[in-house]
Amino acid sequence: MRNLFLFIWRNYFIFLFLLLEALCVYLIVQNNNFQRASFVNSSNSISAGILEASANVKEYFYLKDANEKLAKENAELRGKLMVSFAVSLNDIHTSYDTTFHQKYTFTSAKVVNNSTNRRNNYLTLNKGSKQGIKNNMAVITSSGVVGQVKDVTDNFCTVMSLLNSKTTISSKIKKDGSYGPLSWDEGDDLSMATLHDIPTHVRLIPGDTIVTSAYSLTFPENIMIGTVESYVQKSGQYFYTVKVKLSTDFKKLSHVYIVTNIMKDEQEGLEKKSETDGKTSQ
Amino acid sequence: MVNTIGRNIIRFFVLVLVQVLVIKNIELGRFVNPFVYVLFMIVLPFETPKWMLLIIGFVLGLTIDMFYDTMGMHAAACVFIAFVRPSVLNWFSPREGYEFGMQPTIQYLGVPWFLSYSAILIVLHHFVLFFIEVFRFSEFFSTLLRVIISSIFTLLLVVVSQYLFNKKKEEE
Repeated sequence: MRNLFLFIWRNYFIFLFLLLEALCVYLIVQNNNFQRASFVNSSNSISAGILEASANVKEYFYLKDANEKLAKENAELRGKLMVSFAVSLNDIHTSYDTTFHQKYTFTSAKVVNNSTNRRNNYLTLNKGSKQGIKNNMAVITSSGVVGQVKDVTDNFCTVMSLLNSKTTISSKIKKDGSYGPLSWDEGDDLSMATLHDIPTHVRLIPGDTIVTSAYSLTFPENIMIGTVESYVQKSGQYFYTVKVKLSTDFKKLSHVYIVTNIMKDEQEGLEKKSETDGKTSQ
Repeated sequence: MVNTIGRNIIRFFVLVLVQVLVIKNIELGRFVNPFVYVLFMIVLPFETPKWMLLIIGFVLGLTIDMFYDTMGMHAAACVFIAFVRPSVLNWFSPREGYEFGMQPTIQYLGVPWFLSYSAILIVLHHFVLFFIEVFRFSEFFSTLLRVIISSIFTLLLVVVSQYLFNKKKEEE
């Protein structure tokens, strides 16, 4: 026993090194496996405070862009107001409340931290569980999809950006509805993503619009993702691989919307029930 | 001695703030991510105890991790270069050894020595960091390219900051 201690003492440098590296690996693995707010990340109050102050300053540089975008969005929304329909569509006005019920609600949030130049990129937003934000909610801007909420603390949440090797979004081609998974592959730059598994009978034209599909529990249908840039059929495959030009400028994100799917629990519960029922009856 | 410790503590905070507030926001594409804060590990005094190197590396890495949301990745890379630093210093030591009071800077040991010494530590740091971040070997060459290009930029910034820093010292 004494020799063992002596051995460790003599080689303390290597053992300390191994210990610290093991600790690092533990931190890395834990952070990747469990979708929960870890103690040391940018949702942490100290670093989030500093980053928010920095984002506040940085925001001024994008004020003009942000204003233009907001003004454009305002105009678009005003166009959808009941007031603008009142004259021509008077009949529909009353039935609107009963035939349609709300499925999604939107919470606006500010980006306090954003990365775009890594293989796995994340954002931090200034809304958290106190504002009703939960894991896996969708994050969008007026120009398109941004990502998915990953971790939540009281007042902040981190978002797995679309520019992340782990992100996959179920998307479709707007004109004919053929769908496939969209991901950010190796070799895609900041404004690109790759859409897989589009059947070859679909006649693609560069410029075709890609939107989110209805099969996602997270994203509402028909949220803009981007446009077709080019497509190839890899040898031996019966599918097109499509390069998509993203409509969101990830470098200039400042205000985003977090989307809450009110019926998510209901749908999830139902699907789970059918699955388990199916298993037991067989 | 107190002076050295004080100077290093200030350098720690300055480098961390420069890294997370300035360099983090300079984006030159996916292949260029310089990490200048490594300079802190490079210019620690020769007399720093080995165990302290490891602890300092861990703390420095974790501090950067907090701002980059990478949990342990920078810490792993920093602890690694803290571990190899004594061997690299040994390897590059001049024939008569390092004199007491010397510091591993351009000012004391010249440009060629400093370039080769810091290049090795920077490349090792970036190599460990980027490969842990990607965590797969299928993107080996594109990751390697990121390592090389980012290392060049880091080295450039490190050398430039050395000249700025040295100038100030001569006036003292």
